[in-house]
Amino acid sequence: MKDDDNKILQEVTGSDYKYGFYTDIEMDQAPPGLTEDTIRFISAKKNEPEFMLEFRLKAFRHWQTLKEPEWAHVEYPSINYQDLIYYSAPRKKPKYDNIDEVDPELLETFEKLGIPLDEQKSLAGVAVDAVMDSVSVGSTFKKTLEEQGVIFCSFSEALQKHPELIKKHMGTVVPYTDNFFAALNSAVFSDGSFAYIPKGVKCPLELSTYFRINAANTGQFERTLIVAEEGSYVSYMEGCTAPIRDENQLHAAIVEIIAHKDAEVKYSTVQNWWPGDKEGKGGVYNFVTKRGICEGDNSKISWTQVETGSAVTWKYPSLILKGDNSTGEFYSVAVTNNKQQADTGTKMIHLGKNTRSTIISKGISAGQSNNSYRGLVKTSKKAENARNFSQCDSLLLGDQSGAHTFPYLDVGNRTSIVEHEATTSKISEDQLFYCLQRGIDMEGAIGLIVNGYAKEVLSKLPMEFAVEAQKLLSVSLEGSVG
Amino acid sequence: MLNIKNLSASINGKTIISGLNLEVKEGEVHAIMGPNGSGKSTLASVIAGRETFDVDEGTITYMGKNLLDLPAETRAREGIFLGFQYPVEIPGVSIANFMRTAINEKRKYLGLEPLTGAEFLKLMEEKKKMVDIQSKLTNRSVNEGFSGGEKKKNEIFQMAMLEPRLAILDETDSGLDIDALKVVAKGVNKLRRPDNATIVITHYQRLLDYITPDFVHVLYDGRIIKSGDKNLALELEKKGYDWVKKEAPAGV
Repeated sequence: MKDDDNKILQEVTGSDYKYGFYTDIEMDQAPPGLTEDTIRFISAKKNEPEFMLEFRLKAFRHWQTLKEPEWAHVEYPSINYQDLIYYSAPRKKPKYDNIDEVDPELLETFEKLGIPLDEQKSLAGVAVDAVMDSVSVGSTFKKTLEEQGVIFCSFSEALQKHPELIKKHMGTVVPYTDNFFAALNSAVFSDGSFAYIPKGVKCPLELSTYFRINAANTGQFERTLIVAEEGSYVSYMEGCTAPIRDENQLHAAIVEIIAHKDAEVKYSTVQNWWPGDKEGKGGVYNFVTKRGICEGDNSKISWTQVETGSAVTWKYPSLILKGDNSTGEFYSVAVTNNKQQADTGTKMIHLGKNTRSTIISKGISAGQSNNSYRGLVKTSKKAENARNFSQCDSLLLGDQSGAHTFPYLDVGNRTSIVEHEATTSKISEDQLFYCLQRGIDMEGAIGLIVNGYAKEVLSKLPMEFAVEAQKLLSVSLEGSVG
Repeated sequence: MLNIKNLSASINGKTIISGLNLEVKEGEVHAIMGPNGSGKSTLASVIAGRETFDVDEGTITYMGKNLLDLPAETRAREGIFLGFQYPVEIPGVSIANFMRTAINEKRKYLGLEPLTGAEFLKLMEEKKKMVDIQSKLTNRSVNEGFSGGEKKKNEIFQMAMLEPRLAILDETDSGLDIDALKVVAKGVNKLRRPDNATIVITHYQRLLDYITPDFVHVLYDGRIIKSGDKNLALELEKKGYDWVKKEAPAGV
């Protein structure tokens, strides 16, 4: 098995890595700071087409006119954007003749990330595109996908091979003018993933990407673009971990999803970045803009997220339901422990007729953390018979954590129906003792109860992701009841 | 197996158990009876290790170990089972998952390999038959939306799964109709072995028509004021508790 792993890893790291722009070890990192020169540096490094550089510069100029938003229910020290490094590539030249030459740290990282690049994964139907730091190290299962005409590659690669697709779709769902962090990302984004499902194709594999923040002090600005053409289907998974860090790390990603007529996109993410130590020191700031558009009639997009990481999370995966009869779903579990802060939720914008949306949000707060749900459901004048159902539950552990719900409803016509339900509960002493009495220790008991509480959402995840997520929930709450 | 000496326990400074003595040997069934508020459930909780109660005095020895040194989960793994009077709901956690977790925790403690999925399912089917519970019950979330009878049957099923050395059934008969009561009693009788023991806490003698105790104790005001054989239960049924209270010498 180990040999198989190594063989496959070697294949993965040894092939597909032909972009010479970061083989120069001396020049694999941009100097700290952010100016137009930094942006030109990034764009040149990546050998980008002219339109991309123009896009970045426009975004940068716009960003300079913006102020960092302060309305979220979170607090963090102000970020000096001139101290950050905006580009870094993996250190070693990744061309190997032999597995022994592979940096053992890299192998270890893969191990820790739980990326089993083995045949089991293939049997499970998962393609892995691992993003180490800012540059994609490799992709597997490309062949299977290529046969179907599915494009699944790093953003950089897509810019080289399919610039017309990027140019056509990028920024159409999240324009660079959208918000402070979206503008920043649009200016300096490092890499990310691109998935394109042609008309009528049911993607034969679950597309899976693992992100990881690696080099110290490196802002991460990932960019994901998923385009599902008419009648296509894709399930896309994204997960990430980060090792212990002393300094705060900024992560400001953008995810854009476009679903055309009769297309369906299922986007799942498990996010467990370093949340900082018990005092809240260190940890990742996760300020992400995720948005999808159900462009065509009868299209469907669903977001499923399990959030356990980050010191501060600011994230609202949203959907614009433009096509008639289109469907939007948002299933979320957000766990905060110690001094973590999360302000997360969704926006469902109903534009088309008979559009439907479902929101299931499960917040879990432990320690001294704060967990807020912020959601908007809007039905426009034309969105006749639009329907929304929202359920926002909060679970509190201990007596020092906070749960907050900020639901906004904006109903623009008489025929739409919007329902909102909310509950707040605590893990009771009776429940804990019941578990203890059956021989399950305190942490096991909390893990069990919390997973039960979040089951409705976890069950929406692809199988293997669900198992990981369950473990993660238990681990995240370790030591939360003393 | 279990030896309680001069036990006193309180909650928030209020003494509930005072100077209680009880010895339970392997193979025995003890019934503890008594009026409301006499400390029956407290006794069960203290033996199981619930931390809301303070043990102020006395000792509890179980299988040669000082039980009061062990946390609740260790006591459970050592074979102590409490059938709850009011079993709680754990939404979203199936009974099967709950039991598999519990059994594997116990096995880990005993230095055994965890049961595989197939082994666990086999065990579960076997025990379901043994205690006569419906197949579907184990797919449901623990006690969620269960009727009173289903909750109690579920307790007996869990007891069968965990094969305790010492089972304490805290008013398992309360709120049961006669059919459910029979199912519960049948389960308890089937699980009876020469090397385990059962403490049945009950209000009424009714349950003892189906589970025959070796000893009957009357708990009043935090201590055992009278002990006898199964005939004591019948006598209590006839005469009520008042005559025992009167008979009890002060300070025992």
